[in-house]
Amino acid sequence: MQLSQLRTGQVALIKNLGDHPIANKLLEMGCLPGEWVRVRRIAPLGDPMAIEILGYELALRLDEAAAIEVEVRPNFVQP
Amino acid sequence: MKKTLRIALVGNPNSGKSSLFNALTGLNQKVGNFPGVTVDKKTGNLWLSSSLQAEITDLPGTYSLYPRSEDEQVTFNVLLDQHNASHPDLVLVVADATNLRRNLLFITQIIDLGLPTALVVNKIDLAHEQGYELNLQALSAKLGIPVLATDARNGQGVKELKQLLADENFGLALPFYLQTEAVQPVLEELEPINGMKPGYRSFIFLCNHDYLSHISNKQHQAIDALIQKHGLNINQLQARETVQRYEQIAGLLGSIEKRSTTAAKKSRSEKIDKVLLHPVWGYVVFLGILFFIFQAIFSWASWPMDFIETVFGQLGAWGSAYLPEHWLSDLLINGILAGLGGVVVFLPQIVLLFLFLSLLEETGYMARVSFLMDKLMRKFGLNGKSVVPLIGGYACAVPSIMATRSINSWKERILTIMVLPLMSCSARLPVYTLLIGMSVPDDKVLGLFNLQGLVMMAFYLLGFVAAIGSALVMKWFIKERNSSFFLLEMPIYQWPRWRNVGMTLIEKGNAFVLGAGKIILIVSVALWFLSSFGPGNSFDQLESQYAAQMVDGELSAELQHQFDRDKLEASYAGRIGKWMEPAIAPLGFDWKIGIALVTSFAAREVFVGTMATIYSLGGEDFEENTLREQMLADINPRTGMPLFDLATTFSLLLFYAFAMQCMSTLAITWRETKSWKWPALQFGYMTGLAYLASLLAYQLLR
Repeated sequence: MQLSQLRTGQVALIKNLGDHPIANKLLEMGCLPGEWVRVRRIAPLGDPMAIEILGYELALRLDEAAAIEVEVRPNFVQP
Repeated sequence: MKKTLRIALVGNPNSGKSSLFNALTGLNQKVGNFPGVTVDKKTGNLWLSSSLQAEITDLPGTYSLYPRSEDEQVTFNVLLDQHNASHPDLVLVVADATNLRRNLLFITQIIDLGLPTALVVNKIDLAHEQGYELNLQALSAKLGIPVLATDARNGQGVKELKQLLADENFGLALPFYLQTEAVQPVLEELEPINGMKPGYRSFIFLCNHDYLSHISNKQHQAIDALIQKHGLNINQLQARETVQRYEQIAGLLGSIEKRSTTAAKKSRSEKIDKVLLHPVWGYVVFLGILFFIFQAIFSWASWPMDFIETVFGQLGAWGSAYLPEHWLSDLLINGILAGLGGVVVFLPQIVLLFLFLSLLEETGYMARVSFLMDKLMRKFGLNGKSVVPLIGGYACAVPSIMATRSINSWKERILTIMVLPLMSCSARLPVYTLLIGMSVPDDKVLGLFNLQGLVMMAFYLLGFVAAIGSALVMKWFIKERNSSFFLLEMPIYQWPRWRNVGMTLIEKGNAFVLGAGKIILIVSVALWFLSSFGPGNSFDQLESQYAAQMVDGELSAELQHQFDRDKLEASYAGRIGKWMEPAIAPLGFDWKIGIALVTSFAAREVFVGTMATIYSLGGEDFEENTLREQMLADINPRTGMPLFDLATTFSLLLFYAFAMQCMSTLAITWRETKSWKWPALQFGYMTGLAYLASLLAYQLLR
């Protein structure tokens, strides 16, 4: 599943980063495989989205979020 | 012996780097250029002791040593190139205490460069509020560099930092990231090319040599050949470095960072966002803020602006009364003094707009504006942050173009700058009022709306549509320098610091007066020359002609106005107007309008004054209705019909809606893009657009 497909409030584990020109930039910002990510909100117009990663809030466009492959953990309580 | 210590201030965006820079250097700041790029160079001086001075350069914020934007490339070049004019003796890294993990990626990269480094952990109060406990002594021991906590917004820790700098107590740390060994053989082969010992510095040089400006084409080719020979994949190397660094950082932070409670301040931020990013209330608040800013620069700014104009007018009148009648006096009063007034008059709008903008930035709201507007603006090749400057363009393009600085993407910023002058700025208002008053009846539509008001509104709307439309077209022609991405940190909301706001206002005011001001002054003087001198002895002839009609050495007011009119016609500006006539005749314009087009290049509203001079009403203190009557009574000798018929008037209205009739805007575009290419293109496409629109209108309405 891609990060861009998640809904507000969902928590997921980052599996992998796809072959996207900004993949390295995403890594730098802390979107690392094995990290937890939570969808904070989606902009009123449907794009971009804001996620919580490494304890801070990062906004990114959906096509950028699509580069992040995640695994959703239902009913997960964030550590 | 006096000594200067050169310090580079680096760090992630939002780390509070600028606050710290302001706290350290106060008002001893100046803005210069990094050679060859559009990035401003901010430096400040500070005496650390009687014999030691620090020269601090505030380098653009960056998340890593892998540059993407032009800003980040500047930081990278300064740090990597030892011969760069700004290359530091000491690197001062500023980190956000509430986000050490991400900040440490960049910090450890800096350490590995092998430059003397000290770390400032800023926003320490906020981190404590959020429940972080940081053992900075342990961090210092592990990194091998001095570490100091500050809260720059409150000035806390700044004294200790100055002491640390004065002691010159910073050493070289051991390398943090050692995995470059995998490419050791390549780095050894690289050594003869870049003269660097194999290590991280050489590694990052290899990965990003494309962004280094100080190495020759031959060196670039040699490095590319080396990369090819060894089959290196730079992207993979970068990804591996980032992941491995973060692994090491996680291990390091385990014993240093502890978090006890959940964030109080963060949840406050979240509550604010519930309203400010709400699908309905979010836009209502944003529109309210836009309206407020617009109101401020459109109407409140007019008070100080009127005051400035009065003062300069008085000075001019005083000069005319007391200075001897000579062309030098005229140059001083109508050239230089008027030009200076034309520069200073922009300051109220600049100060007001940047007061609001820096408040939006300081509080963290600007990032939310991007978040709310990105999808809409992206369609036009613009940025969410383009909205505020575009609306500001309704008041004045000059401060608004300066306000595009906050747009990170180079292409989106250039597009915003290019289309912004199409917004109907307040200088068009007097032109619209005069011409609409002449051509549109003062009738009611549907018994409710004033027809003149509706036409005026249509022209305001036209400006917006033209701007958006031009962006839509131009986005296909302007190439992005770096791959574009959005990725934006959403900072938590904070109260603004007035000190930072004040510094921004001073900096922007200075940048305008010292940067664009000189161009405006030069063009003012040139325009003064064009309208005050004529070829050959035409002026002498006029003077002797009118001297004969003097009574007691003075002309009657009526004759004086006629004299002014005849002089303008005989001047170079008048000659240019006549010379232009064949080119502008298809738009319905005659040479008189041609003169006004030349003189109103100083500012659009000058059109009205020039018309008053041409119709012998005197350049100032005339009745606008009298001017309208005079203009309407004018007969075009070629057609035998009134010159200002509906076709010509509308053609002229459209011309002023689209044409780049403003030297100050061109000057600020030059200042902000650091190139003549963009103002030239701006002038070219807008004049072309204006010509076509006027041609079409005149030929259809005729």
